[in-house]
Amino acid sequence: MNALNSLLDGFGTALTPLNLLWAAIGVLLGTAIGVLPGIGPAMAVALLLPVTYGLEPTGAFIMFAGIYYGAMFGGSTTSILLNTPGESAAVVAAMEGNPMAKSGRGAQALAAAAIGHFAGGMVGTVLLVALAPTVADLAVDIGAPDYFAIMVLAFIAVTSVLGSSRIRGLASLLIGLTIGLVGLDQMTGQQRLTFGSLQLADGVDVVIVAVGLFAIGEALWVAAHLRRRAPDPIPVGRPWLGRADVKRTWKSWARGPFIGFPFGAIPAGGAEIPTFLSYVTEKRLSKHKDEWGKGAIEGVAGPESAASASAAGTLVSMLTLGLPTTAVAAVMLAAFQQYGIQPGPLLFEREPDLVWGLIASLFVGMVLLLALNLPLAPVWAKLLRIPRPYLYAGILFFAAVGAYAVGGEVIDLVILLIIGLIGFGMRRYGLPVLPAIIGVILGPAAEQQLRRALQISDGSVTGLVNTPFSVIVYAVVILLLAWPLVRKVLPRKAART
Amino acid sequence: MTTPTTADRTPDGTPPPATGRRSWLRDHSELGVCVLLLALGVLVLTDALTMDVDITQRGPVGPKTVPLVVGTGLLVVAALLAVDVLRGGRGQAETGEDIDLSEPADWRTVLLLTGVFLGAAVLIEPLGFPVAGALLFWGAAFALGSRRFDRDPLIAAVVSLVTYAVFNNLLGVPLPGGPLMGVL
Repeated sequence: MNALNSLLDGFGTALTPLNLLWAAIGVLLGTAIGVLPGIGPAMAVALLLPVTYGLEPTGAFIMFAGIYYGAMFGGSTTSILLNTPGESAAVVAAMEGNPMAKSGRGAQALAAAAIGHFAGGMVGTVLLVALAPTVADLAVDIGAPDYFAIMVLAFIAVTSVLGSSRIRGLASLLIGLTIGLVGLDQMTGQQRLTFGSLQLADGVDVVIVAVGLFAIGEALWVAAHLRRRAPDPIPVGRPWLGRADVKRTWKSWARGPFIGFPFGAIPAGGAEIPTFLSYVTEKRLSKHKDEWGKGAIEGVAGPESAASASAAGTLVSMLTLGLPTTAVAAVMLAAFQQYGIQPGPLLFEREPDLVWGLIASLFVGMVLLLALNLPLAPVWAKLLRIPRPYLYAGILFFAAVGAYAVGGEVIDLVILLIIGLIGFGMRRYGLPVLPAIIGVILGPAAEQQLRRALQISDGSVTGLVNTPFSVIVYAVVILLLAWPLVRKVLPRKAART
Repeated sequence: MTTPTTADRTPDGTPPPATGRRSWLRDHSELGVCVLLLALGVLVLTDALTMDVDITQRGPVGPKTVPLVVGTGLLVVAALLAVDVLRGGRGQAETGEDIDLSEPADWRTVLLLTGVFLGAAVLIEPLGFPVAGALLFWGAAFALGSRRFDRDPLIAAVVSLVTYAVFNNLLGVPLPGGPLMGVL
């Protein structure tokens, strides 16, 4: 495949002044929103969805790419300067980054994070360019049973790999699947769970579910437990790195992507596991073991690079299979569906301008991020002082804008609030949010593939396992399901990660 | 079969001894989640079973199948979660930058916010977005404890107007202007 030529065409798309502007706005908005305490990348992308409603798809996705990377970078700034990350992928950044900031090396920690993001994102995106067309080519031949198998795998992985309790993950998934059922049945037009309401016949818009679960749910949950005194951020100057620091960190930057990228591509929760693995690896390889826990710069550089590369890995599955592996990817998939574009193996053939423009703009966005974030870090740090009532009032406000802009219907705001209250309850009782959103998005697609596969086989269940690919996928599913049992039976000698 | 198990163990069923009943309920409030899951499961199953499906539908799997699976799944999960809770399992409440779990939940704020949000939803059409949005922002900030009567309404008005202008005029996302925009 001439991926390189396509990529050059992509740069042609991404470097037009207007698209460059969208990329820059996306990066700035993404970082600004991501830095705000309490807002993770998924909420940032969900809240910023309506900004792109009026744009044509290419511009919108170029902006999204900027928002995604910007929000991830913003999140690590928060955890380094505040040390109470709400978002799991940023936890690791706080472990070494915050002690560094406390001992007056905040500027170096931010620089290590920024360059780590840049390095990880670059390597990850290069891997994306190299792999995505091949994966798409391979995936063109896979049929309904294979798709169904992949989606079952996604459901199982997202409920059993993440979180401490499988049963709670499963409960969350089923809530999502139920919301996904609402509306007209895609194949027969039968009304399901609409209770005769015309508005519900169109189904519940995925954007409203995402904004409700991530933004409203979070804002209400924080409101119920708002800290009386907001934590004080540590003031910081312009990020920079001395020669000695660069010498210590460049290997960590280089290693991170190879840990992060594969984990991003599989449905295993995105950046959470690889950042931790990278942390452990760096700690083991470090020559400065005494500094760990007190602010070892490798502990910021490696995980941040891994996190950024995992975002690129996420895009491989999202673009080539239409399979969202993280909450952010799920929201982006919802955005694709808004434009009537279905990510999948055919996307590269049908929308080459869009896909390659998007990929090229990832490179552009990363350069912009590095160029903007190093000088702007002190400004971002000021955002951490925003009075909390304004912050959470603002989240509710923009969530309302987003939901209303979807269709201009007041009923959407009511549905948004109800889903927000569900999100509130889920946070209270430890039901993870990600399985629910994956259920809403993949549920209807999985049902369609299931029914298609069974139509082809005329109702015989063997129609679901008649390809080698689907058999392999189901084997992985069984392995995942059986894993806790296996671990109980085996003697406890396996090292716990 | 799973249904009665859950129902027996929910707080609404056979009441535990009167002494310490309230604290038992508070400790086991997660059972409420089981009740909701159970109710949702029953709802999905009822909806699926009362569906009159056209006989001419193509394929062996009709529109009922998946709802039946999901509904049954909800019942099973409700039962399993109830067992887990009664055995002492607890869901971990989510933590975050601005969250202080050491204090009990502040229900007043949550109720106020819900009310403000609903109010804004009702007002958005008669009053237009700029006014309803400003009321939402100010009301939410007030509910969250901000009492700067000189500054809060001003910030709310600016945020709402700027958002309206950016979305409606710059980004091409139409929002209702209401009587205020008619005057300006």
